[in-house]
Amino acid sequence: MYLSRTARRLLAAFTTIVVFVLYFPLGYVARLSVATSRGFGRPRGFSFDAWSRTIDAPGPRDALMNSLLVASEATAVALVLGTLAASALTRFRFFGRHTVNLMIVLPIALPGIVTGIAFHSGYERLGVDLSVMTLVAAHATFCIVIVFNNVAARMRQLGTSLEEASADLGADQLQTWWYVRLPMLRSALLAGGLLSFALSFDEIIVTTFTIDGGFKTLPAWILENMFRSESIPIVNVTATFVVLAMIVPVYVAQRLVDSTPSRG
Amino acid sequence: MGRGLGRDLGLTRTPREGPGCAALRPLSHQISTTMSSTKRVSTRRRVARHVAARPWLRLSGVLGPPLSWLLLAYIGALVALLITSLHQEVTVGLITRRITAPGLDNFRRLIETPVYRSVTVRTVFAAVAVTVIDLALALPVAFYMAKVASVGRRRALVILVTMPLWAGYLVKTYAWSTLLNPESGFLREFVGATPGYGIGGSIVTLAYLWLPYMILPIYAGLDRLPDSLLEASTDLGGRAGRTFRSIVLPLLVPSIVAGSIFTFSLTLGDFYVNRIYGNKTQFIGNTIFSNFSANLPFAAAFSIVPILIMVAYLLLARGAGALEEL
Repeated sequence: MYLSRTARRLLAAFTTIVVFVLYFPLGYVARLSVATSRGFGRPRGFSFDAWSRTIDAPGPRDALMNSLLVASEATAVALVLGTLAASALTRFRFFGRHTVNLMIVLPIALPGIVTGIAFHSGYERLGVDLSVMTLVAAHATFCIVIVFNNVAARMRQLGTSLEEASADLGADQLQTWWYVRLPMLRSALLAGGLLSFALSFDEIIVTTFTIDGGFKTLPAWILENMFRSESIPIVNVTATFVVLAMIVPVYVAQRLVDSTPSRG
Repeated sequence: MGRGLGRDLGLTRTPREGPGCAALRPLSHQISTTMSSTKRVSTRRRVARHVAARPWLRLSGVLGPPLSWLLLAYIGALVALLITSLHQEVTVGLITRRITAPGLDNFRRLIETPVYRSVTVRTVFAAVAVTVIDLALALPVAFYMAKVASVGRRRALVILVTMPLWAGYLVKTYAWSTLLNPESGFLREFVGATPGYGIGGSIVTLAYLWLPYMILPIYAGLDRLPDSLLEASTDLGGRAGRTFRSIVLPLLVPSIVAGSIFTFSLTLGDFYVNRIYGNKTQFIGNTIFSNFSANLPFAAAFSIVPILIMVAYLLLARGAGALEEL
């Protein structure tokens, strides 16, 4: 469609402003983390003092380890279940397929507080004490859809010809899975896994309702310390660290997903 | 785009089912009989052959584990939520106990108490406002990304827009609370005005938080929209505005609905933004959260409200073919 040069420039300018606004708050916290001034006003001075204090502080470090543990366990479960679900929904037609599709999407389509309260009620009914496992189970449930989306998209795109060829050459189902399907899905699995890891790593709402009080993930630690004025420099540093740590896996995942750009 | 639920049937046929593959069957059968005549068929082969001949067995192999997980963990949890919501917490003097005889008292209280009604209306209003703001911001950005920017810049923008999605929900809320601070925040100092910590501040923050969720599906939808359609419209004399209204927008509906599911649902259930801002504004989530430890059955009953709203929304979205876009 024909757009005047002015229109194109306006769109470019608008996009630039929006992207700038998306990053501004993150940059602002990063700036606060190396400021010598206290409080939320204009950040002044420059020092890594808060960073070195944070590295020595046990709270954020333990919380980081906990978050890494929960996110990897939830991702492992989600990778297996999400891949199986994607394979069922793209390679088979069966009664209730749309309902299953809806059920996979539901944990992220419903507000997090609903998922959280639901899991909490479920555990209470069953008499299960909240623990790392209860938290991982809840996280895995909403991570499935992330893996599912990535893998299902890739499987639709790949089509079935190579799998058929494998079967025609005498491979059984397991061999086809192992030698044909999984290698072709490698980048989709990596992307889905990284995004699901990131989602779990950052999650706080479902976590609030399914976490054992003594166990702190990184967001739970940030939340607890956000309102303590003496912790604020450390919170600034931890928050900046979370953003920086998140950027690498998400960037890698994006490059993997985006390997085949198209223009209609 | 025109790929609604289940319309991608061409890809769903597996090698051994469907009429198109019937011709292959005798051949593979032949091969395996030749093989079995030369050496004894291993158990594994026999199992594989048994499974291959029965699509439902293969289907239950791949569908079984995820389906059981979702049914047991997730649907089970939702059922538990519903059961809990029918119970009641009764305080007599200092002792609180739960009455487990099912009843609709919690729901009656929800409907009859004006405060809860206004909390619900306020939350839905905020969810609509956030969705509209995000849509207004996302359309030009997504259009620029998909149809104007060069390939290199487009790639960079997709990554730039996606990354904040995954980075620190709390961090961003926290960052906005510093920016919005009515006394010393950035907006007060440099812009001169701030919406502060009221509902305005919450809506601005939530619109900021969920914006990438709106940009990305719209971008994906525009990316799939063939340029030739837009050229055809121009050739027929359609100006930019007309082409956008009559061609682009109608074809974008599923993508827009998909994006709005996220912005709407996430706002509907949010409580940390208001909580971090000092709870001056109450959303459904805040009421649920404040009842969570004291009166779980009532919290459970109130969380049925966003479920009902979202189920209605999802059913409408399914009608618009948006679920495939999620």
